[in-house]
Amino acid sequence: MEENKPVTSMRVAELVMAALFLAFGAIVMWDSRRLGSSWADDGPQAGYFPFYIGLAIVISAVAIIFRALNLGEKGKAAFVEWGQLRMILVVMIPTVVYVALIANPWFGLGIYLASALFIAFFMWHLGKYGWAKIAPVSIGVVVFFFMMFEIWFKVPLPKGPIEAALGFS
Amino acid sequence: MQEIQSLMGGFAVAMTWFNLALMFAGVTLGVLIGVLPGLGGANGVAILLPLTFSMSQQPGGTTSAIILLSCIYWGALFGGAITSILFNIPGEPWSVATTFDGYPLSQKGRAGAALTSAFTSSFIGALVAVILITFISPVIAKFALRFGPPEFFSVYLLTFSAFVGMSKGTPFKTIAAMMAGFALAAVGIDTVTGQLRLTFDFPELLKGFDFLIAVIGLFGIGEILLTIEEGLEFKGANAKLNARVVIETWKELPKYWKTSIRSSAVGCLMGIVPGGATPASFMSYGLAKKMSKDGEKFGTGQVEGVVAPETAAHAAGTSALLPMLTLGVPGSPTAAVLLGGLLIWGLQPGPLLFVEKADFVWGLIASMYLGNIVGLIVVLTCVPLFASILRIPFAIIAPVILVICAIGAYTVHNSMFDVWLMIGFGILGYVFKKLDYPMAPLVLALVLGDRAEDSFRQSMLGSQGDLGVFFSNGLVGSITAASLLLLFWPLISKGLALARGRNGG
Repeated sequence: MEENKPVTSMRVAELVMAALFLAFGAIVMWDSRRLGSSWADDGPQAGYFPFYIGLAIVISAVAIIFRALNLGEKGKAAFVEWGQLRMILVVMIPTVVYVALIANPWFGLGIYLASALFIAFFMWHLGKYGWAKIAPVSIGVVVFFFMMFEIWFKVPLPKGPIEAALGFS
Repeated sequence: MQEIQSLMGGFAVAMTWFNLALMFAGVTLGVLIGVLPGLGGANGVAILLPLTFSMSQQPGGTTSAIILLSCIYWGALFGGAITSILFNIPGEPWSVATTFDGYPLSQKGRAGAALTSAFTSSFIGALVAVILITFISPVIAKFALRFGPPEFFSVYLLTFSAFVGMSKGTPFKTIAAMMAGFALAAVGIDTVTGQLRLTFDFPELLKGFDFLIAVIGLFGIGEILLTIEEGLEFKGANAKLNARVVIETWKELPKYWKTSIRSSAVGCLMGIVPGGATPASFMSYGLAKKMSKDGEKFGTGQVEGVVAPETAAHAAGTSALLPMLTLGVPGSPTAAVLLGGLLIWGLQPGPLLFVEKADFVWGLIASMYLGNIVGLIVVLTCVPLFASILRIPFAIIAPVILVICAIGAYTVHNSMFDVWLMIGFGILGYVFKKLDYPMAPLVLALVLGDRAEDSFRQSMLGSQGDLGVFFSNGLVGSITAASLLLLFWPLISKGLALARGRNGG
């Protein structure tokens, strides 16, 4: 897998996005029909406005599809290269894991512990830092946020076992 | 001169120690936000908005809250210039034009001059726009008191048509993005009939999509993904700004008074018409290049080439608040977020605000004068500090920004579902950017969707379904006609070009 090889072309990306818009517009229209998209005795029905919104999405999506098919050379350019996609996944996958760790039905860690772990993982994996630097930065940032949200501005955030042990709930 | 009197009242409201401290805090935070990748005016304000919930409950608290948030906005406007000039990375889209001459200047070792002229012209642009707001907005608000639903709908139509008419790429992408925003706004309980729309029996969708989540995801996460893709190295010139450089640059600046006036005018006009700061900065740079006697040297590091885009961007960014305050129609995504703030604090933006909440309005306007003075002082004195933040390695700053975005998304409604939604919007924002779909129309449609629909349905009820109501009098007729002209402008301009080509050939 070469780093500079394109994952997909611009044309394919344009077509996929337009197809998603097309499907979205169709769903909007379909649901508006269900609600009633015409004129009732007491005025426009609930689906009246959204129906035409959906229609406009469908029409623009079709126009974008036609445009994408006629892109010519420009359509062959890379939408994203493998090396770029790898970098994006290196950031996105830990982020998804992080959000999952904040709160889930099995072992929610709370936002503070999860954030500390997330920052520590990034510094260790991407920055190749030693623990002597990772620990103060990740814990310091989280303590600052804790002070800011829980104490100064009184905005409660999701908490887990550690905060409970310290007497915050 | 009733405005002067109201303004003085506003200064009395804004000039408390608490509010001045908030201004310093807001501007400093704002510059920080403007400097950091992935955080910008719109999502920075969106993330900090929930922090003002408790503040706005106190007496006079809404004024303090808007002062804090608007100062973050001014700070972000100033901050965008720092990264453009020192690192050739536009922190905000409207600072792209600043890189053209700002970065060459700093490579020549004149970073101080470039920064000083950028900050000073930003300040002047903002000042012109604030003066405009002071004197024009009461007039517009008074005028708009007579507006009924058809007039308001035609103003909304004008707003959205302007996006289509001024779109750079294909208008269909603008329409698709905008209509997607309207469709997302329709999700949830219909305000008129109480029916559930587009929820498909998912309980999470009952309350609909909050635009703050969309803003944090689209502009925050999406921007971080783009930064990662382009590689993570920041290589920048050193920032040294001492009093001597500042004063020398200030002596040079009056030479460019013509450019300043022209750029302020361009900025104010573009800011009021939605479309905003970014095209204003490019247009002003282009005009300056055409009209200056040093035009050919533009791009090699001309102070004038920094003055033009910065003045216009700041003037546009500031005057974007004028339609937000007077009509309840924001001119930019950040203005939309501020409007969202007003709604959350229980204020109804629109012409009545000037009558019912005069204290609040004039306090805000007075704070614009003060906030920009504070901003100028903060950026001139603290540039090295802000530049050093960009030298923090990406492996530390990226997770911290992602954590901030997650916290910001969570605090909007205390809901984890929103955090997941933010990630979804982030991926959407990345794809939108890469495929040239504009994001501002989506955000504005999401904010204004319900209000636009309500005014449409009320007009239709009033006229018993006759679309002629939008042409029923001179006022609403001319706004509607202007909207339609803008809406079909891409077609019309193509037709004109075709006709001209035929005549020529």
